[in-house]
Amino acid sequence: MNRKKLRDRLLLALTFALMMAALATVFLYAPTEKHTGVIQRIFYFHVPVAWVAFLAYFITFIGSILYLSKRKARWDALAAASAEVGVLFTTLVLITGPIWARPVWGIWWTWDARLTTSLVLWLIYIAYLLVRRFAGEPGRGARLAAVVGIAGFIDVPLVFITVNLWRTQHPTTIIFEGGLTGSMLVTLLVCLVAFTLLYILLVRQATGLKMLETEIKNIKRMREE
Amino acid sequence: MENLGYLLAAFAVIWAAVFGYVLFMQRKQHRLEREIDLLRESLDKSREK
Repeated sequence: MNRKKLRDRLLLALTFALMMAALATVFLYAPTEKHTGVIQRIFYFHVPVAWVAFLAYFITFIGSILYLSKRKARWDALAAASAEVGVLFTTLVLITGPIWARPVWGIWWTWDARLTTSLVLWLIYIAYLLVRRFAGEPGRGARLAAVVGIAGFIDVPLVFITVNLWRTQHPTTIIFEGGLTGSMLVTLLVCLVAFTLLYILLVRQATGLKMLETEIKNIKRMREE
Repeated sequence: MENLGYLLAAFAVIWAAVFGYVLFMQRKQHRLEREIDLLRESLDKSREK
């Protein structure tokens, strides 16, 4: 077995073990919150999923800058793979949030600043993926997508600070203000690490596939010419 | 255990989406492997000529 395969398998085993640990801490270790009850446990997955989405868009931002400056296909592949995973996780944020909101707020959705900027974020990176797909010539698509990947990242810090800038219905960032302690904090940290590993695993695989896809397209084009 | 249904729905959605994406990548990998095989075959044929 070569070193890359071994690393991939180790990462897979570690991610699986941490995901099992995360499920165990969420359902067996973390206490039930006094005011909202069992539904609060969604928080332990909703927050890590949102964190992974932000991380994914940051990597897309870096990958896009590096692609535009160095024009190496691997940076474009990394940026695209990360955006794809980011869209997947933002979709999950936009689904798990309303599932929590329905029993707690009594509504599925409200147009407050946090929710609206999150939806805009999702739309920006959907646009990123569409630009790549429909821009025609592959190099042009990669360049245009890189511009969207850089400009679109502006919305990420905006989503993060909305709850502190405006009065929103969405809960504030209690994690950094000492509002989460003991077993709740441990549970959240385990989930954050598990989901970060899942992100690395998915992006590694997706980047490899995008590189392979680009190489096949290049070979086909060379044969046609 | 009020609202347990909502909690289970949220977890189900997360895992279904992750497994769906893994499945999507697996299918893409198979498609690319087939394309590589076809390219290899056509390269071999052009060499024989």
